[in-house]
Amino acid sequence: MTTALPVLVLMTSLVPAAITFFLAQDSHTLRNTLQLGGAVLKLGLIVWMLFAVAGGAAYEAEFPLAPGLVVLLRVDALALLFISLSATLWFLTTIYAIAYFGTKAELSRFFGFFSLCVAATTGLALSGSLISFFIFFELLTLSTWPLVAHKQDKPSLAAARVYFAFALPGSAALLWAIIWLESATGPVLFTEPPDLSGLDPAALRAIFALFIIGVGVKAALVPLHGWLPAAMAAPAPVSALLHAVAVVKAGAFGVVRVVYDVFGAENMTALGVGTPLAIVASFTIVWGSVRALQQDEIKKRLAFSTVSQVSYVVLGAALASPLAMIGGLVHLIHQGLMKITLFFCAGIYDERAGIKRIDGLNGMGARMPLTSVCFSIGAMGMIGLPPLAGFVSKFYLGLGALEAAAPWVLVVLLASTLLNAAYFLPLLYRLWFLPAASNATGDERAPGLVGPAVITAAAIVGVGVLAASPISPLGWATLIVTRGYGP
Amino acid sequence: MIALIAGLTLPLLAALASIALPLRARVPAALLGVALTLIASLWLAVEVWHNGPVALLLGGWPPPIGIALQADGLGAALGVMTALVMVGVALAARVELAPSVAGARASFGFWPLMLLLWGALNAVFVSRDLFNLYVGLELITLTAVALVAISGKAQAIAAALRYLLFALAGSLLYLAGVVLTYAAHGTLDITLLATRAPAPGDALALGLMTAGLLAKTALFPFHVWLPPAHSAAPAPASALLSALVPKASLLIVLRLWFEAMPDLAAPSALLVLASLGAIAVIWGGVLALVQKRLKLIVAYSTVAQLGYVFLVLPLAGGDGAAQPWAAGAWTGGIFQMLSHGLAKAAMFLAAGIYLAAVGSDRLGDLRGQARALPMTGFAFALAAVTLMGLPPSGGFTAKYLLMTAAFASGQWAWAFVLVGGGLLAAAYLYRPLAALFAREVARTPRPISRLWQAVPLVLAALSIALGLLSAVPFDFLQIGRPDQAAEGL
Amino acid sequence: MSLSVFALTGAALVGLGVYGLLARAHMLRRVIAFNLIGSGLFLFFGAAAARSTDVDPIPQALIITGIVVALSTSALAVGLVVALARSTGKAYLPDDEGGA
Repeated sequence: MTTALPVLVLMTSLVPAAITFFLAQDSHTLRNTLQLGGAVLKLGLIVWMLFAVAGGAAYEAEFPLAPGLVVLLRVDALALLFISLSATLWFLTTIYAIAYFGTKAELSRFFGFFSLCVAATTGLALSGSLISFFIFFELLTLSTWPLVAHKQDKPSLAAARVYFAFALPGSAALLWAIIWLESATGPVLFTEPPDLSGLDPAALRAIFALFIIGVGVKAALVPLHGWLPAAMAAPAPVSALLHAVAVVKAGAFGVVRVVYDVFGAENMTALGVGTPLAIVASFTIVWGSVRALQQDEIKKRLAFSTVSQVSYVVLGAALASPLAMIGGLVHLIHQGLMKITLFFCAGIYDERAGIKRIDGLNGMGARMPLTSVCFSIGAMGMIGLPPLAGFVSKFYLGLGALEAAAPWVLVVLLASTLLNAAYFLPLLYRLWFLPAASNATGDERAPGLVGPAVITAAAIVGVGVLAASPISPLGWATLIVTRGYGP
Repeated sequence: MIALIAGLTLPLLAALASIALPLRARVPAALLGVALTLIASLWLAVEVWHNGPVALLLGGWPPPIGIALQADGLGAALGVMTALVMVGVALAARVELAPSVAGARASFGFWPLMLLLWGALNAVFVSRDLFNLYVGLELITLTAVALVAISGKAQAIAAALRYLLFALAGSLLYLAGVVLTYAAHGTLDITLLATRAPAPGDALALGLMTAGLLAKTALFPFHVWLPPAHSAAPAPASALLSALVPKASLLIVLRLWFEAMPDLAAPSALLVLASLGAIAVIWGGVLALVQKRLKLIVAYSTVAQLGYVFLVLPLAGGDGAAQPWAAGAWTGGIFQMLSHGLAKAAMFLAAGIYLAAVGSDRLGDLRGQARALPMTGFAFALAAVTLMGLPPSGGFTAKYLLMTAAFASGQWAWAFVLVGGGLLAAAYLYRPLAALFAREVARTPRPISRLWQAVPLVLAALSIALGLLSAVPFDFLQIGRPDQAAEGL
Repeated sequence: MSLSVFALTGAALVGLGVYGLLARAHMLRRVIAFNLIGSGLFLFFGAAAARSTDVDPIPQALIITGIVVALSTSALAVGLVVALARSTGKAYLPDDEGGA
């Protein structure tokens, strides 16, 4: 059972993906059953593992390829944090996507790549070695491309091309870093930090930079973020997945792995690379917010908000103090919940009321109350109003900055909060306080779309209010840090 | 041993049968030959896997009088790859080269030529004698040139003649080297040559042979004949020409440098050869980037992909004793040959399907075909993943092994070629993929049977599987591996 | 003495062939040039084998094989040249036209 579990978890997405590709376009029931069945099964397995890992169990499965190329799937606490997020949100996004697409064309292709994308994210989370991380990282790139290009119109294809043009050089940098490092240390497993003494500090700094470039493209660190706003051309469920679970999170997760499991906080401090990374993350946080402020389209504004928010995770990792790390890790989950809620809602506004631009939101609070409440909760969470999810992350990051003796980070957090408020509050004002346009239409008679948004919005409140409980994301992040990376 | 003999004789017998039998029985006889040779190739691989290299002395005469044949891991692996490609090509050719489609001449000529080519390839894969290799190479050249010209169009004949000029020049250079070698040592057996007393003319002989083989492999700057020749042939023939034919001369290069005369490997010579390979990777990629026809893109990509193999020469042995990937670069080069063969065959067969469906392989005319022919589009995409060297494909395993060797030996400049070539491949393969994926459909395609569409898909999937399951092929390639593969040149 | 005559003749044939190959664009001349180079090599091969007192039979076997190979190559080449001449009216490769 110990070896079978990680494989089984991977298979819950891989098998539906493989079958879905070959399904006829109109076998909706079978396809939906497969997708939802896989998602439910996966959730069940993860809940099982959560309890087992909390009790100290570890699961591991190894597939040796060519020498040095070992695919190692390993369930540790950090992997579970990420995988619980992706499994939960995959399930909700699947419901949302089924409702969103209805009987549109090319659904077998869409859901095939959709599941493949989730499988890649799962593999990424479970990867126990650098090279398996890279393999799934690439699989993620390949499986997201058809999703971004799904509409097959000019903007989508252009977005997909931009995505590739950013992602592949990023992968090249990552591969370069991995092989450079491994040529001196042998294959790197996350369980045992590699012995870095064989490389001189200059080489190590270069390797670190290459790693950060490699995963930073996916994490949308400025200036490597250009693909993310462009990818807005994709359908709403894809945006939700991209921004909350799959690609940007894979990048942020990669930063965490590189910082803590490859280099280690001590080496990072000794090499003096933590502060530059924190500065890049801070710059990304502020820059993303400023750019978000300038956008008139809802999805564009949300996209730049993602650029900004994901770097909280990077910031937490870069500061390398336990509290900052808890803040960063918990934000991995919290940002996912908040951003997916916002994208779910943006998709509902678009689909049910044809609203794409910010000025279309005027007065929609009365017409689409559930959606608007969810959107408001997500936005207020992003701003960091207590007791919502975003507050918890920012609070811990702030404490962590003080702990790491980097008080300037508080200024960044404050500036970001003000900017968050500046670009989200006008939306809420329009929703609730401005009169609707005379020709406004729109309804929420789509339980498959609204339901997932309500659930994630409730979760935003839940993880904030119940943050002190040990099974909350905060509790789990604390467990990771105290168990794995504590002083 | 029976499998070894069968792999050499069955294709030749089937070739004869496909000429001599009555019209109705020719294609069935050829297909039977294909099936039997496939079995023989697999059987030989199993035998090598269990018992180590399989050797055979022709007529019982030991070298230097007689000729030795030996199937090691390298030869048997190439044999299996060839067999898989041949089966795919045969299945596609049943439809594409039916008399009603391709005309009586092409459909009559294709089967014996294909089978003769197979026999010659198998002979090269197992020969240990330089002159025997020459004969095998010539037979390959003759059948390959005829395959280029098989359509009978003026353009194809011109391409075939240009190919023949390069190939003949290459043959004569190779032959001159063989003559010099024999004059100096009185033997042409690779194993005996490895233990020879060095003679002053050896470097010249090796240089001549290598130059000849480079012309046949279409390494830069001898590549100009390849794209027109490979794209002029019918798609199944192109698949053979691109996926298999260059592998024979490449194999002989490896055998010469690693097995027959490793003592002659001066760093400067290795640098020159690897640099030519590096230029081929870049230049072939750049030329592929500007082509407008699918078959030409795929053909120029062959120029680029073959270039990688020459990086093996300086990188072999660059493993660092403590690392787990001994002989990584050498094995990586062979992984590149194997995965390129499978992926390139898949690509040309996919191009053949598009040609049959829309009557053109211009990228503009292929727009939107992914929707009408999803399996073919998927096959092309999978093959592209291999050629870009993205995981988890065979192409990735190849690049990974070469790159680890480059870093472990401190020759990281070659890693730039590996990474840059991969990005170039992504760029030039992105264009056809984006065209196929476009929404608007440029031409309404003729329906294509699913079975035919499955052929390139299976080949492309095999090139991916080579990476997913690389542990077994890796170990297989170590059977009978020359010492220099691990120690370096 | 006579051996070096053979070797020198072989070398001269190769030289003539190379000249023909480079200087003449007419495909039939090129085919003949290839045959000259081949013959020169075989002659040289035979001479190299006869250096010692007892004659080595292997080169003879190899030369015969080589001649057969060269013959079949020439046959294919001539066939292609004829086909090219029939379809284009010229025995030159497209971008070599105007050659002697």
